[in-house]
Parts: sequence; C-alpha cells; structure tokens
Amino acid sequence: MVKSTKVTNSIRALRFANDEMTQAELAERIGVTRQTIIAIEQGRYSPSLEMAFQIARVFKAPLDDVFKYPGGEKS
Amino acid sequence: MALEEKRAWMAALVTACAYVTYLVIILSRAGDVPLAEMPYVAALLWTVGAAIAVTIVLSIAAELATPRDSRRKDERDREIERFGEYLGHSFAAIGGVSTLVMAMAEVDHFWIANTIYLAFALSSLLASVAKIFAYRRGFQSW
Repeated sequence: MVKSTKVTNSIRALRFANDEMTQAELAERIGVTRQTIIAIEQGRYSPSLEMAFQIARVFKAPLDDVFKYPGGEKS
Repeated sequence: MALEEKRAWMAALVTACAYVTYLVIILSRAGDVPLAEMPYVAALLWTVGAAIAVTIVLSIAAELATPRDSRRKDERDREIERFGEYLGHSFAAIGGVSTLVMAMAEVDHFWIANTIYLAFALSSLLASVAKIFAYRRGFQSW
C-alpha cells in the first residue's frame, strides 16, 4: 500500500566507519529525531535533498556514496 | 516513539472514546421519544470539551515522558502531519456538503448537528490513523 523507495543508503555502514557514531548522534548533528534516522536507514522514509546533503556532509562523503539509486549507473 | 507519533495515537484514541461516549449517552436515552426530539446539545458540548481537555493533558504528559531527542518536530513529522490532515479533510468536506444539503432541505437540527459531529470525528480519526500508518509502515513524500 505504501510505496517503498528504490533509493538505498549506506548510513549504517558509514556510522560504524565513523567511530561507531550512534543514530542519536547523527540525528543531533542534522537536527532531526532518532526515529527519522531509523526510518531512513530502513528505507521507510526518503529524506529531502537538503537533509541528504546534510547527512553526506556529516560523513564527509559525496552524496552518491551515501545514497544510491539502482539502475542509473553508466559503465 | 517520536512525540508526534504519540500525539497521533492520543488523538485517535481520544476522538474514538469521546464519540463512542456521546453515542452511548444519546442512545441510552432513546426510548419512546423520537431521536430528533432528544436533548443532545449538552452531551455533545461536554464530550467535545472533555476530548479537548484530555488531549491537552495527555499531550503535556507525553512531552514530559518523551526523551529530549525525540521531542523535536522534524521534516518527516511535518510531512506526515500534512499527509494525515490532507486525508482527514476529505471527511470534513463530505460533512460540510452533507449538512449544507440537509439545511437546505430543512432537516431537524439534531440530524444536522450529529452529521457534522460525525464528520469531524471521522476526519480526526482518519487523519490520526493515516499518520500512525505512515510512522509505522513508512512514508515517502512523492
């Protein structure tokens, strides 16, 4: 009934690669609730472009290292 | 659970309880008197007033019981709120149009008042259920 997003993300892996950052820490840094971070990680919510950039900035990573949209890659 | 999700649960439960209480009061008085001649105004006002008061008290209690990092309202909460209210308004519109037609047809005040109360209750209930569903099952803004 609710469309699931095709957008996948590596937030969980990036959190662990960044000194095992907790969901609460990430939420605090971008100004959202921990529940929103959980929903994004589980693919239950697609963040706005602005929030996506904020998340990427926290990890000092390009946007497409954090979020992926399958089927659009060119070799 | 985020504070806004708790508020959606509270709104659904309080609305349902208030409306069921009102129905029980009205129907328990039903006897030989036709429904349309039954006194309903006090019961309606009391249940609406009590629902507002209980919602305020529960909302304050929920805020105090929610950890600080779950209290803020972020863009997901705002989008889910808009989505829920948008769905809920359909019943308010149906109620408005129905009562307009009933007023033009000079239907008893009892039925007009009860139709609009039912529409508001359903509107609030649908909005709350849509929000809870969005929080639990996921929500995409597109």
